[in-house]
Amino acid sequence: MLPISLFVVAFGAAFGLAAVQKGLAPLDTILMSTLVFAGASQFATLDMWGAEVSVIPVMVVVFAINSRHLLMGASLYPMLKDVAPAKRYSLLLVLTDANWAIAAQDYQRGNRNLEVILGGGLVLWLAWILGTWLGVYFGGLLQNPKNLGLDMVLGCFLLAMALGGKKSPRILVAWVLAALASLAAWKWLPANTHVVAGALAGGVVGFFWLEKKPGKETAGETPT
Amino acid sequence: MTIETTTTGVLVLILIMTLVTLATRFGGVFIMSFVRISPRIESFINTMASSVLIAIIVPMAFEGDAGALAALSVTAVAMLVLKKPLPAIAAGVFAAAAVRYLF
Repeated sequence: MLPISLFVVAFGAAFGLAAVQKGLAPLDTILMSTLVFAGASQFATLDMWGAEVSVIPVMVVVFAINSRHLLMGASLYPMLKDVAPAKRYSLLLVLTDANWAIAAQDYQRGNRNLEVILGGGLVLWLAWILGTWLGVYFGGLLQNPKNLGLDMVLGCFLLAMALGGKKSPRILVAWVLAALASLAAWKWLPANTHVVAGALAGGVVGFFWLEKKPGKETAGETPT
Repeated sequence: MTIETTTTGVLVLILIMTLVTLATRFGGVFIMSFVRISPRIESFINTMASSVLIAIIVPMAFEGDAGALAALSVTAVAMLVLKKPLPAIAAGVFAAAAVRYLF
């Protein structure tokens, strides 16, 4: 869990930096990391941040990116169904990619490792908050972040997340359609609908094109 | 519907994001206690989750300057070669800085 936590601190710092550049107040940024605790979706909403923020696109984007939690939760159901509801849902508060991956692996080997969900989740949560704080603090000190290329942290982060996942012909077709739909919406539809259009276009490919063997893996995102 | 990013506005937005994320964290287990998630829905969710990232990046690349394009291309290549996000992001950011310094 330690190497992953260090990664999470670094990603948190990148998020803090990007958020401050987008004009989010330091405390708001730290509050967002504390409450939302879902890196890629936080990064993605920064892209839609401005003097005014459209609510529906933000909700769709946060849901679309975090919908992998649905699959993670569903896969944990067998080991959680005998746990009392209060405890079950408390564990799920800190459910994220890394602690899910370990718990799911352990369960396949026959261990019901609830401690790693809770303990690992809490460590990752604190690492994410600490990282965000660092990024916010140092981001505030920089004079001209664009000269240093730091305005691209956001785009590079999202691209790295996408390319780090599983790649198959099906995913590539989904991406091409998503790219075309988002470009079309970006040109001709109201602001920020391009993300929704792209997400749905990609999802439709998955809906009609199933992989041959039932996939055991979920969207392969890296920690946070 | 839009929310202005005033002090309360930002708090409301963070709260909305929190609730949506919470719904995804709780939803999987909650739904499974009633019905099994079908492979078709699972496939929809899987492709949607990465497509949304592509949908954000592509228009960003189209409106970006040479530095932005350099950053995204270098990140893409580095990520495909190294398969490690942190060095890939760092290389992308460095590429943007280099291109903007030189041109």
